[in-house]
Amino acid sequence: MTEAKKKKEKIPRQAMPEQDPEIRRSNFEEVPLGYTAETAMLEAKRCIQCKKPTCMNGCPVDVDIPGFIKLVAEGEYLEAARKIKETNSLPAVCGRVCPQESQCEATCVLGKKGDPVAIGRLERFVADYERKSGQILLPDVSPSTGKRVAVVGSGPAGLTVAGDLIKLGHAVTIFEGLHESGGVLVYGIPEFRLPKLIVAAEVGYLMKLGVTVVTDAVIGRVKTIDDLFAEGFDAIFLGVGAGAPVFMNIPGENLNGIYSANEYLTRSNLMKAYRFPEYDTPIAQGKNVGVIGGGNVTMDSARTALRLGADNVYVIYRRTEVEMPARVEEVHHAREEGVQFILLTNPVEYLGDENGRVKGVKCIRMELGEPDESGRRRPIPIKGSEFVIDVDMVVVAIGTNANPVIPNTTPGLKTNKWGYIVADEETGKTSRDGVYAGGDIVTGSATVILAAGAGKKAAKAIDEYLKSK
Amino acid sequence: MRTGEYKLNLIREKTFLSHAVVKMVIDAPNVARKRKAGQFIVLMTDEKGERIPLTIVDSDKENGTITIIFQIVGKTTTCLSEMKEGESLYSVLGPLGQPTDIEQFGTVVCIGGGVGIGVVYPITKALKEAGNRVISIIGARTKDILILEDEMAQISDELLIATDDGSYGFHGFVSDVLQKLIDMGEKIDRVVAIGPVPMMRVVCDVTKQYNVKTIVSLNPIMVDATGMCGACRVSVGGCTKFACVDGPEFDGHEVDFDLLTSRLRMYYTQEKEAMENFRCECHD
Ligand SMILES: Cc1cc2nc3c(=O)[nH]c(=O)nc-3n(C[C@H](O)[C@H](O)[C@H](O)COP(=O)(O)OP(=O)(O)OC[C@H]3O[C@@H](n4cnc5c(N)ncnc54)[C@H](O)[C@@H]3O)c2cc1C
Ligand SMILES: Cc1cc2nc3c(=O)[nH]c(=O)nc-3n(C[C@H](O)[C@H](O)[C@H](O)COP(=O)(O)OP(=O)(O)OC[C@H]3O[C@@H](n4cnc5c(N)ncnc54)[C@H](O)[C@@H]3O)c2cc1C
Ligand code: SF4
Ligand code: FES
Repeated sequence: MTEAKKKKEKIPRQAMPEQDPEIRRSNFEEVPLGYTAETAMLEAKRCIQCKKPTCMNGCPVDVDIPGFIKLVAEGEYLEAARKIKETNSLPAVCGRVCPQESQCEATCVLGKKGDPVAIGRLERFVADYERKSGQILLPDVSPSTGKRVAVVGSGPAGLTVAGDLIKLGHAVTIFEGLHESGGVLVYGIPEFRLPKLIVAAEVGYLMKLGVTVVTDAVIGRVKTIDDLFAEGFDAIFLGVGAGAPVFMNIPGENLNGIYSANEYLTRSNLMKAYRFPEYDTPIAQGKNVGVIGGGNVTMDSARTALRLGADNVYVIYRRTEVEMPARVEEVHHAREEGVQFILLTNPVEYLGDENGRVKGVKCIRMELGEPDESGRRRPIPIKGSEFVIDVDMVVVAIGTNANPVIPNTTPGLKTNKWGYIVADEETGKTSRDGVYAGGDIVTGSATVILAAGAGKKAAKAIDEYLKSK
Repeated sequence: MRTGEYKLNLIREKTFLSHAVVKMVIDAPNVARKRKAGQFIVLMTDEKGERIPLTIVDSDKENGTITIIFQIVGKTTTCLSEMKEGESLYSVLGPLGQPTDIEQFGTVVCIGGGVGIGVVYPITKALKEAGNRVISIIGARTKDILILEDEMAQISDELLIATDDGSYGFHGFVSDVLQKLIDMGEKIDRVVAIGPVPMMRVVCDVTKQYNVKTIVSLNPIMVDATGMCGACRVSVGGCTKFACVDGPEFDGHEVDFDLLTSRLRMYYTQEKEAMENFRCECHD
């Protein structure tokens, strides 16, 4: 054992080949290029196949990590993909966007002394391998139960619920408000981090299993929850995300050139404004761009601005890098590409030119005080430290709220004081009989895998509910 | 990923109301069933197109159709105007926005300018049906581009017409006609004014003096039109509102028209570029 262990640890963690920062900062192609079969196998051999694998404690959906890695080490890539899919329906997405460094890889034993196994990269490799092979195995679908489920929203939560319930023999219809399915995966996360082809493949897979997808259907407007029940749906899942943008409500925030991150990313990703004028939707091409915030959304906006031709992109964040909620990899990639970080700084006002366009952002310096309820040290403004940064475009990326359309049109559906839907953590059950909810609309902005995990639990509960009816 | 069920979006009828204003009847049964006066749709002509908002001018629940009337101003509206009966739009989403506040107010003056007449039409109709005495004032630059005269006449107790060049009706602006009504001692309980931003602003300037509540419909640039992006933000009474979900109608006396005008100009250069590059590849 110890002999074997020593030998295995000698293989270094396999690096991920990436596009060169100088080149990639002006294109929208994916940054990490993916492992080859050889590097994947080498990386997989680093795993010592723990009897009590601690990595799995870090995975919100209990992927059999050593199990799939063993299959990779043996060259059984298709089998490995199927192994992951037993519990995670979106491996190609998760392998790319999960914060592995704070989940499975954070708890991998190899990480104690050296580098953890690159679980995320292996997950991505096998999922891509399966997709490219064209040998996507369709699972057995149970005989029809005659029950119908409406899934509202096609983000990771909704897609997961749909996939699980269709396999159990229920008829599933997804209602999506936008003209494309995928939620944040299509409108938020940029192409260079998550190619849209992958999301389309996931949705296509569900449709092959028999899921009906109805786009341009904002529930609450086109139809209400009660209309859906009246049409004969037996249960409803709400996975509508936390899609309403937050602004700071400071002077000048409505000047031209100031976007919410949602608008900026939607124009670029969903509407493909980065390919204007081939696509019709325009987007401002700032030369000096300020991006306010410190999360993944901030990094995605900043890196998009670079790719659209900015000379200077400044991330303006009120705390320090340590407190930034963005993934380490995103901050690293952004910095490599030339994004500049202006930390311990907060905007207080936007300045405009005579045409109503933003020309500067007045900021104030901050210092860190006592920890607040989130455990992070509270930023406090330093009196008299105001200064102006010249910008001609700004993206406000400081978070999102619940969209009130569904709660406002669904009598009896309980929400909390922030407008998020109240749902049982284990089942997704809401205050309305037959209505379940999960993902960002319950937790507030979180992660793809947590949304997918909530979808799994809700699907199980919905199945039990339908059987008991 | 897209599917069939709601994807009919077939153009049933297309009529030019003037050289630059088109009326279309479109299959959209779900929209037709739910829509109320004052609401709008967002449509895309093709996959690479922009999402643009257009008011639902009328609907026919039985036949499952809605009517839109639009002015050709840029690439998307040009593209739309070139689509033929029997072709289908890529995407139609609606009904969106808050319906108009319809009550029996007493005497209501409904004012429409240019293509705004199409937008004010369903509201006028609903106000009339609610038992109001409706005086309508419609206006255009010149006679040839005045739309919906007969339709407006049918649903109004009185119809007044103004053209900027005097080629038809009163020579002047709709706001001048309104001023005359007031001067003649007409007691007005509410005004609804929809049209170009300068027109709405002038009407509000008039009604403010007499403290007559005035509803305007704002047309900021929109993207999703579901409250997700904030592109459509307008300032009303000093507060930021999202026109797509909080509006599009607001109290005209509270609206910051300068901001609206400025935000409408945001993409001026790109819109010009799109138009110049334009070859209608949008519906092949
Ligand atoms: C820019 C950005 C980058 C991110 N990066 C990462 C990352 O790297 N890693 C990570 O793990 N997480 C990341 N996240 C977070 C992650 O994407 C979300 O937590 C996750 O997508 C939530 O999934 P969901 O299914 O709850 O909702 P969403 O993905 O938000 O999907 C909700 C869907 O519901 C639709 N909808 C809303 N209302 C209605 C209605 N009334 N009727 C019909 N449809 C409706 C919406 O249009 C949308 O398509 C990022 C988020 C953003 C915005
Ligand atoms: C709620 C709402 C309802 C509307 N209803 C109608 C209607 O019933 N009939 C109708 O003809 N128009 C209506 N509009 C305006 C219509 O959406 C625009 O004319 C259209 O988006 C222009 O698209 P385009 O690509 O052809 O022009 P673009 O090339 O995008 O723009 C050309 C010119 O139109 C202006 N413009 C751009 N976007 C808009 C916009 N969203 N609104 C107003 N002007 C804009 C620009 O300032 C520009 O100068 C409505 C707008 C809103 C917000
Ligand atoms: S903890 Fe690390 S080494 Fe152990 S099984 Fe999981 S991935 Fe392999
Ligand atoms: S258009 Fe996006 S929020 Fe109104």
